[in-house]
Amino acid sequence: MAGSAGTDLGDGENWMVSTHDETAWVLAACGHWDIEAAGPLGALVERLAGEALGGTAGRRVRLDLSGLVALDTVGALLLFRLRRELAEAGGSVAVVRAKPAHLALLDAVWRAAELPAPVRRRTSAVGDFLFRIGKGASDIGHAAVELIAFFGVICVTLGRIVIQPRRIRGKALIYHIEHTGLHAVPILGLLLFLIGVVLAYQGAEQLRKVGAEIFVVNLLGLSVLREIGPLVTAIIVAGRSGSAFTAQIGTMKVNQEVDAMLTLGLDPVELLVVPRMLALMVALPLLTFFANMVALAGGSLMAYLLLDISAGQFIAQLQVGPLDVYDVLVGMLKTPVFAVVIAMVGCHEGLQVTGSAESVGSRTTQSVVESIFLVIVLNALFSILFSFLRF
Amino acid sequence: MAASPQQDDFVIRVRGLETRFGENSVHQNLDLDVRRGEVIGIVGASGTGKSVLLKAVIGLIRPAAGSIVVLGHDTARLGERDRRALQQRCGVLFQDGALFSSMTVAENVRLPLTEHTMLAPALIDEIARVKIGMVGLDAEAAPKFPAELSGGMRKRAGLARALALDPEILFLDEPTAGLDPIAATAFDQLIGDLRHGLGLTVFMVTHDLDSLAAICDRIAVVIDKRIMMGTLDSLRAESHPWLRSYFNGPRGRAAAVAG
Repeated sequence: MAGSAGTDLGDGENWMVSTHDETAWVLAACGHWDIEAAGPLGALVERLAGEALGGTAGRRVRLDLSGLVALDTVGALLLFRLRRELAEAGGSVAVVRAKPAHLALLDAVWRAAELPAPVRRRTSAVGDFLFRIGKGASDIGHAAVELIAFFGVICVTLGRIVIQPRRIRGKALIYHIEHTGLHAVPILGLLLFLIGVVLAYQGAEQLRKVGAEIFVVNLLGLSVLREIGPLVTAIIVAGRSGSAFTAQIGTMKVNQEVDAMLTLGLDPVELLVVPRMLALMVALPLLTFFANMVALAGGSLMAYLLLDISAGQFIAQLQVGPLDVYDVLVGMLKTPVFAVVIAMVGCHEGLQVTGSAESVGSRTTQSVVESIFLVIVLNALFSILFSFLRF
Repeated sequence: MAASPQQDDFVIRVRGLETRFGENSVHQNLDLDVRRGEVIGIVGASGTGKSVLLKAVIGLIRPAAGSIVVLGHDTARLGERDRRALQQRCGVLFQDGALFSSMTVAENVRLPLTEHTMLAPALIDEIARVKIGMVGLDAEAAPKFPAELSGGMRKRAGLARALALDPEILFLDEPTAGLDPIAATAFDQLIGDLRHGLGLTVFMVTHDLDSLAAICDRIAVVIDKRIMMGTLDSLRAESHPWLRSYFNGPRGRAAAVAG
């Protein structure tokens, strides 16, 4: 124990002076007890508490606060800790000579500090892990069921619109066609052009070895028109517009705009979902056709540069090759279905947003992942279906 | 740290302030003094720029002209480090709490402490717990996310975060808006208690006449792009038409009776 009278316990900063008189151990706090000094003060309090364990039992301790210059909540909390530790060591602690302003602060802090600590729920790592796996699996199931239900709701709304065509929101429809279609043209054009170039280049390298250069046109035509054009366009639009749908509707959800619609007797599906879906059903086939043409143009350019196949030859070969109108049709047929899936997933995730900005972000991610996944799965199903139908 | 306002110790001095949005000037040649330890209420009609004034003082908006001196520092001339140091001496409660929605209440309160101090995590936890308790929230609220709280609880949690670093000045933007009268009274009471306990200076934008009557020492009215300063009684005697209809309208009279 700090035995002799007037021992300075602060590390040169004079925070606490420990003395003994005939009746009690006197701890006189002085100087600045605030957040700036909280580090060393914390250590000081712990040291004093340790010393107190040695022989405070049954003793009286006076906490003299007359020398305090400044006190804030952190200082008050540390004094509270000190008093608690001393009391737990068996001492009877009295706080004396505090200034009124300090007393008010101590009172406020000590009352809050005496509130019970929150109860922590115990969890085990393995249990948590299994729980998360199970929850993930059941969430996927729920999401699938919800998406199918949402599709049903959209169909019902569309049915209502067919009966009452004036319910269709012309302005919103045009707006979304512009934003999902027209605004996607530059990026889509660039990407598909490059894909055409790469495909032609790789094809030409291989076909030249067997002297069948001209078949690079067939390769390009078939792969672009049947698969690559529709699929890549759908994936880009899912990333571009599907995510935008989720973010727009999600933000409206956060602002309670969707709630406001419901209270005004407006149907969010009719106002928000249907125009987006119809717009995408118009825009995606157009974009796909554009993407196909650009990819072929890219391929044609590469064929000319590498193999000396002119644009005229390229087009003629496209016409006489094994390619027929079905191949173009098969590719285009898929796109409205992709549009429905992308719009549906985007809007559905948007409507699932709950109250916070974070939820908008996570739902947007979810929407893109889900719609790309569904587009690729559907594309595979289409392939199987068409080969079954011998298209 | 005296709780009573001291006459010549100004924590905020605004001189000749002008703020504008494009062509539109919000304040012109505005002066304002806030003394240490007082609670000042900023009132004014909607659109007169009360919140803009608050944002200018805390440095979220750059004034077009004039000087703003907070705690002895001219805010326009501060370097990055000094500005940050000054910001730590000011706590701000935004209208709906502005809690970070990805963090729990406890994490929200801990954040300024972990970012700006070198304290031990255990001490930070305890400080956060105390602050949450001081604003009158249950311990059960600490692990919750803001979206799970009511409006009043979010405000209290926002206040706990604003108080995390023991600020000298507390800025409140419409602290009682959207609270029921009982919760609003309790919040006023809380601000009053904290102000005495912590020796705070409170800068409060409000519409609430009851708050003005209950806890404000002085009232600054934003009127005609400038400030008219007074107490509830002195402003009630003014002849400006807006002041007359504000303080002597039915709500104003009710607050006067209650106050």
